[in-house]
Amino acid sequence: MTTTTADAHDKKTGGIGKDLIVYVCLLALAGLQFVIAYQNIDASQMFTRMLAVACVEAGLAELFFMHLWSEKRAFLLFVVIFTVSVLLGMQYGWTDSFRMLVGAAPFSK
Amino acid sequence: MSQADLTMEGHSAGLTVGPAFSIPTKKLAMWLFIIADTMTFAACLVAYGFLRNGTPNWPRPFHSITNVALMTFILLTSSLTMLIGLRSARAGDKAGAFRWIMITAALGIVFALLHIREWLALIDEGMLMFKNPWGTGLFGASFFSITGLHLTHVTSGVIALIAVGIRYKGGRYNADDIEVLGLYWHFVDLVWMFVVPLVYLLNLSH
Repeated sequence: MTTTTADAHDKKTGGIGKDLIVYVCLLALAGLQFVIAYQNIDASQMFTRMLAVACVEAGLAELFFMHLWSEKRAFLLFVVIFTVSVLLGMQYGWTDSFRMLVGAAPFSK
Repeated sequence: MSQADLTMEGHSAGLTVGPAFSIPTKKLAMWLFIIADTMTFAACLVAYGFLRNGTPNWPRPFHSITNVALMTFILLTSSLTMLIGLRSARAGDKAGAFRWIMITAALGIVFALLHIREWLALIDEGMLMFKNPWGTGLFGASFFSITGLHLTHVTSGVIALIAVGIRYKGGRYNADDIEVLGLYWHFVDLVWMFVVPLVYLLNLSH
């Protein structure tokens, strides 16, 4: 691999400086989750806030650490749309299972 | 040229079109694996969430965040060292790339050891798969399943890092292979970002 290829890769993905900035941001966001854990709020609010922070963290990691940002836009859209639609489908499925579970054995008894 | 030849040519032309989304096949395969694995973890975490919400006496056994904070720091740092390894590989610095990959593997081993130490401490306190002294037995089942699945991924990643690192150093693999492995390692890191708040931080005893 030549230096020119490495330069092209750096140009495409943004260089080590960008990686360090993303790393620091991820550490800060992880720290924020720990701060939220000690807030005096109810569990559902805590869950929502932590999940929101985790989604931002995951987005940063996917876009910059996994270089999804520098891939073709069509691929980025494919990954995002496919993942989100399956997760939403799963959420619907699980919610429905839970509805059936609440009125049935074994946990409700 | 006969009609059959023309048809054959047409077929060949169709088959020699570049890879989907213009990315290498190995990389696309890894992305598809990651998407599939996301579903596995999502299923576990969503099921855990519903169990936790639907069970009144859910235990909150974690007193300290020190261990999980340290584990998070180590895993995030390992993602950075993996990126540095990839950059070294792209720059043609074989020794540097190998060194950074081995550092990443070492961080993965430290993470796994801390995880096992935590498991042993919980087992010492009486927490097993289907019973614990604090509340519903479902807690142990969900905790060990989710963290166990993640730990399996970390362990597999460490083995893959060592194997690919050695083969890269020996000239059998190239920087593209390091990049594909890096995708997996970052994914393991990404999953941990969801495991920490849902499994650990929501179950802190205040």
